Amino acid sequence: MKTSRFAISRLRDVPSALAPGRGVPAGAGSSDPYVLWRPAGPVAAGELHLLLLAGLAMAAFIVPVLLLYAYVVARYRDRPGHRAPTLPRWRKNAWLESLGFVLPALLLAVVAVPTVRLTYALAKVPTRPRPLVVDVTSLDWKWLFEYPAQGIATVNYVDIPADRPVLFELTANSPMNTFWVPRLGGMEYTMPGRVLPLWLEADRTGTFWGHSGQFSGLAFDAMFFDVRAVRPGAFRRWVAATRAHSPALTLAGYRSLLHAGLAPAERFAAFPARTFPAVRHGFTLRGGMYTTMRPASPAGHSAS
Amino acid sequence: MPGFAVFILHTLFPPDVLRPTEVGADVLIALSGGGIAYLLTTRRLWGRLWHGWITTVDHKRIGVMYLIAALVMLFRAGVDALMLRTDLALPGAHVIGAAQYNAVFTTHGTIMVFFMSMPFIFALMNAVVPLMIGARDVAFPRLNAMSLWLFVAGAMLLNVSFVVGGSPNAGWTAYAPLTELAFNPGPGQNFYFLALLIAGIGTTMTGVNFAVTILRMRAPGMTLLKMPMFVWSALATATLILFAFPPLTVALAMSLFDRLFGSSFFTMGHGGMAMMYVNLFWLFGHPEVYILVLPAFGVFSEVVATFSGKAVFGYRTMVLSIVAIMLLAYGTWVHHFFTMGAGPSVNVFFGLSTMLIAIPTGVKIFNWIFTMWGGHIRMTVAMLYQLAFIPTFVVGGATGVLLAAVPADYQLHNSYFLVAHFHNVLIGGTLFGLLSGLYYWWPKMFGRRLDERQGRVAFWLFFVGFWVTFAPQYLLGFMGMTRRMASYPLGLGWHPLNVVSTVGAFVMGAGFLALVYNIAHSLLHGEVDTTGDPWNGRTLEWALASPAPAYNFARIPVVRARDAFWHMKRDGRTLAALRREDLRDLPMARNSPVPFLMGTAFFVLGFGMVFAWWPIAALGGAGIAACLAASTAEPDDEAVLDSHTVAVIEAAAGRLEA
Repeated sequence: MKTSRFAISRLRDVPSALAPGRGVPAGAGSSDPYVLWRPAGPVAAGELHLLLLAGLAMAAFIVPVLLLYAYVVARYRDRPGHRAPTLPRWRKNAWLESLGFVLPALLLAVVAVPTVRLTYALAKVPTRPRPLVVDVTSLDWKWLFEYPAQGIATVNYVDIPADRPVLFELTANSPMNTFWVPRLGGMEYTMPGRVLPLWLEADRTGTFWGHSGQFSGLAFDAMFFDVRAVRPGAFRRWVAATRAHSPALTLAGYRSLLHAGLAPAERFAAFPARTFPAVRHGFTLRGGMYTTMRPASPAGHSAS
Repeated sequence: MPGFAVFILHTLFPPDVLRPTEVGADVLIALSGGGIAYLLTTRRLWGRLWHGWITTVDHKRIGVMYLIAALVMLFRAGVDALMLRTDLALPGAHVIGAAQYNAVFTTHGTIMVFFMSMPFIFALMNAVVPLMIGARDVAFPRLNAMSLWLFVAGAMLLNVSFVVGGSPNAGWTAYAPLTELAFNPGPGQNFYFLALLIAGIGTTMTGVNFAVTILRMRAPGMTLLKMPMFVWSALATATLILFAFPPLTVALAMSLFDRLFGSSFFTMGHGGMAMMYVNLFWLFGHPEVYILVLPAFGVFSEVVATFSGKAVFGYRTMVLSIVAIMLLAYGTWVHHFFTMGAGPSVNVFFGLSTMLIAIPTGVKIFNWIFTMWGGHIRMTVAMLYQLAFIPTFVVGGATGVLLAAVPADYQLHNSYFLVAHFHNVLIGGTLFGLLSGLYYWWPKMFGRRLDERQGRVAFWLFFVGFWVTFAPQYLLGFMGMTRRMASYPLGLGWHPLNVVSTVGAFVMGAGFLALVYNIAHSLLHGEVDTTGDPWNGRTLEWALASPAPAYNFARIPVVRARDAFWHMKRDGRTLAALRREDLRDLPMARNSPVPFLMGTAFFVLGFGMVFAWWPIAALGGAGIAACLAASTAEPDDEAVLDSHTVAVIEAAAGRLEA
């Protein structure tokens, strides 16, 4: 355990970088904190719709049950002058007992049908317009975004075109996190050695904050990032400018990102090949190579 | 100082965990430990402690010890919760800092689930299940003591991590690969795995013990469908334990191997598959939820019947619901990770199976309400917890259905909505149920009643505190706050509701203090229960004196109907008027020091393995082997309590006809 104590002391320096207010995402400027009520894309809107429907169905259960409960307690409460008729031997009634089965079952059916439909619908990435592919890798404690078609990369923020589906391919070169942009839609895990697909779409321009939803260690709470949805033209100009003016992410730069710690938001004109496990090759935390990397799940890329 | 001494000292007390809280805890432990030892010595109580408690195999005393452990653990994990909430009320101030925050939320969850709720459930099961079924003890009394001391060994091991070596800090679920040595150095995480492995052995043995006790040791005439509902829930819980703990044991042992022996079951590289850990963990974890909540359902069924003065409504559908929940509990575990890309068909299957569980649960809610219909509802503290439970649990169950709607879960997974949901069912269900059972069965366990007025104060503090704490957390979930964040940016609008939630947590803390005061006061001044039947009860435990004699029943009753004692009272046949010629010599299980020594040996083994100090681990292993050998060598005959002693005891309780 001698060596491990070193490791702890090394990590102790990290939280000092977490000064109060650090990492306030730009997307936090919006005045309404209830991000789940303010979907900014079809995925989040569909999920909110289902949430509301399920909430209504549950309210249809809760309200009558609580009214019945309140009535029973008020009427049969033992107190002086208790005048309610007592039924000490009333202990079963097939009709009332089946009501207990039927009412929840009916309300659950109301929730179940759209749940099934939406689950299958969300598993299909729209093909028109052609989705933009962004490869996401969660690292200790930062996000790396690679645009395979554009050849550029960003850290801790990601630009996407509005009104075009984006296929995020998620992996991790660190313990698990989840990739979550509440205003665009629900989360998905980033797991080492696997690639999970998640498609989202912004139906308006704007900056939306994202965060990890799975605890991954000391500075996990700093894993915010911004998603900036811009007009398609602006997106093309941003890609071109990045290619022209930003430095390239070198292999050495990638390795330094692997070290546990925080990183500023950055963009890169290029990224080293084979940093994403789709090519069945990767890096260990210590900067070496995996000898046997698990092949990415074949379902991973087909948006199963 | 010689080098190896420095090494040992630094390993046991690493400089980075010597924070004021830890040092303070060290001092407190030393002071209170010394104080207790001093009192035991000056009052010459060591012998009584050893003969009366440590070596006992009496299920009622084992129940009392479980209860003490559960309340101590409730204190520890409750203080953890207050540390977390204080930190979240002042984001950026780093009241306890990220490193300690991560350790504390880990121990909070682990202790509340494994070392508070579980022993509390076992306390109630031990205290009353044999009494309810008309048995003289559990099927395997010594195994029962073994379960207790293995639990204690596990609990000590987990708690000692706070002051020695460092706490685990990967959450109560301990997902790989965050628990891998590369990401989680130090002995802390080993404490978690070993503590749960050791306590898990004890839990599994309890499952075996109670399943056999309930199936084989019921009084003549008590068919399965005449058993009290609490016994049904205990049987379901014991069955769930039998099949849920093996996957946990496997997952924990494999993770431990990854850390100690360099295997790669769940590691990030070398072909490890972290998701398999998640699968195995929840294959245990979801049945565990019902292991925790079914006994509470059982308590509520007893309490609502007693305090409404009516038999529980729809007994057969109640039993059917418990069995249905027990079976469905095994088929829902993937709903804990809909967001791990299992594909829509798998997700839909587990979403629907989860929703199905709401149906038998809904049935039970209706039946509890109809039990009160036409009754005289007496507002005792036990009943207040029942009345608080119904609306709280209905809301918690409904939010669970929202989480089962798969795409909605994509948005809510791991958010504070989830945190609020599971506290809603675990506090509103399990904890309220256990506290209800505590107030209900306390006279039976201790022979005195708990003061009702003080109990009401504690109840209202818990109930109001609960809602003030967790209602804001549902809203924080809609704001996108995720769980386990040590701090958060102020710009997101999360701060005000976090402050409210923290205030609520402190109100619950005050409730705990009121509960402790209530218990301490009642132990000294509580009204003595001379009748054995303070609530006008319906089931057999109330037929006995409070507390029940060591052998429980001088004469095993014959059961003719459900709510056996109620019918006995109606027919004028109680167990209170025994005739001397009815009394027989009673076989009694012998006390044994082996279970306690076994627990100690397991602690030594675990402690040695945590630090990979193999000689110490080997010593513990040798101790275990010696205990097993001694256990085999001990005579397996039973002691005999002669009928004259039984007569004296019964006469003292006023239950012998002159």
